[in-house]
Amino acid sequence: MTFPMPNWPRELQPCIVGVGETAYTKRGGHQDKSELALCIEAIHNAADDAGIDAREIDGFTSFGFERHEPAVVQTALAAPSLRYASLVWGGGGGGCSGSVMLAASAVATGQSRYAVAYRSLCQGQYERYGQHRERLLWGSYVAPYGLMSPGLMMALAYRRFMHETGATPEHLADIAVMLRANAQHNPRAVMRDKPLTREQYFASRMIADPFHLYDCCLETDGACAVIVTTRGIADRLNRPAVPILAAAQASGPRWSLGPMGSHNMPLDDYASINSREVAKAIYAQSGLAPSDIDVAQIYDAFTGLIPMGLEDYGLCERGGAAALIASGALRQGGRLPINTAGGLHSEAYLHGLNLVIEAVRQARGDSTLQVPNVRHSLVTSGGGTGHKSALILGRAEH
Amino acid sequence: MSYLPENMPSPRPTLDDAPYWQACQERRLVIRYCEQCAHFFHPPLPNCPRCSSTQLTWKQVSGRGTIYTYTVGHYAVHPSLKGHPPYNVCVVLLDDADDVRLVTNVVDVAPEALEIGLPVQVCFEPSGDGTLIPRFRRRGLDTSARGERS
Repeated sequence: MTFPMPNWPRELQPCIVGVGETAYTKRGGHQDKSELALCIEAIHNAADDAGIDAREIDGFTSFGFERHEPAVVQTALAAPSLRYASLVWGGGGGGCSGSVMLAASAVATGQSRYAVAYRSLCQGQYERYGQHRERLLWGSYVAPYGLMSPGLMMALAYRRFMHETGATPEHLADIAVMLRANAQHNPRAVMRDKPLTREQYFASRMIADPFHLYDCCLETDGACAVIVTTRGIADRLNRPAVPILAAAQASGPRWSLGPMGSHNMPLDDYASINSREVAKAIYAQSGLAPSDIDVAQIYDAFTGLIPMGLEDYGLCERGGAAALIASGALRQGGRLPINTAGGLHSEAYLHGLNLVIEAVRQARGDSTLQVPNVRHSLVTSGGGTGHKSALILGRAEH
Repeated sequence: MSYLPENMPSPRPTLDDAPYWQACQERRLVIRYCEQCAHFFHPPLPNCPRCSSTQLTWKQVSGRGTIYTYTVGHYAVHPSLKGHPPYNVCVVLLDDADDVRLVTNVVDVAPEALEIGLPVQVCFEPSGDGTLIPRFRRRGLDTSARGERS
């Protein structure tokens, strides 16, 4: 099975051939370089990683909230040709894997030779996502009540999840401590050299009950980029090429904006991250089952998204996430290590594109917390926003 | 005196939902109802989310419901919340409108007394610009008949 269609010709199969990032800093840490400058730097780094000249890039994709338009990025790269440009709808991270899907579709169908998916984000230079911002659609139904931040919105979903499944705040602490421990191996992580104990976790201030400070992701300045081309072109680059085995976007019925809207998604879907449909799609595309996944990067804008994500993606049964977390299976050396670079929680908050990069590194075998013998590397995108997306990557071929 | 400070944002009625807000000004709770498939839905859309019909009407509901989920905000997400004590945000599942839920505040329950399933009854309070918005109060067995004007 192959993306985008079964029996797609081998030479047209999309592969990730380059990943790149800038230094990641806490919010406000990049004072000397603009967000656009960081965006271009990340793309140059990804091009270097792929062994190509960045001016060869002719496809440009991103996802909601990106501020830098393809024609501007093209100009700053001095790239002579823009042949493909597209943006996935949605705010925040839901469209992140979708942007890689667009890049993959573009190269697989010959609309682009090298397509870059990019995200630049400097919350220190622009607005903070945790603060109230005007929402055009249905703000009337949430803002007057003080429901104004993603933390509050997802806390509502997670409270219900605890009620339905028996998960407790202890499981959130387990996750927070684990993510921070993973980041200690990663020199790029903003939270390297800042380990977290359970005592510190429970002593931290409450933000949106049951979420403490250390349930919330970082606010990061930085940029990252991923370059996609076809297997036929990748074969000539003489670098590891990570095949995209599945790439999908999906949303369940009547979800609308879910917890970012008015919380009227179907009752039996409420305590989820609206990823059951996208999970079905990636397993069908790849012919794989959840038990085939060796390592996963689960979108973790809040720790509580992880238990809901594990269930939506079939990595455990409904109601089984708490036991899976408590078993230690998700930690280094466990059956299914997750967020091995520290995730959005402890590496950087780039709306999930840094999770894609870590999934690529796991598939190449060069992660700072490498899982042995990775065959299938899953990355998921989005927690609270409208539709969701995900990728399954295969082992790199050289 | 309202549950949250007066500089909080107020509703901005649109062509799709003006009658909802108008009814609130009359201290009535009305919910969009699809006559084609006989279901309530919320928030108001031009089409039914189950069958896409435009045969829609508004139906007044009792305003009774239960807390479906809740959180307590401890962080000033809006300038007017600076220094404000922690406040709840609740999702209330209405008793008589299929699976319709309203995001709201329950105005008379302390954070530690909130629980899923707690019975509540609508009340109307002014938001920042004076527009009445639906909030909820705890509903005891003896007060359930008192109605929304309590």
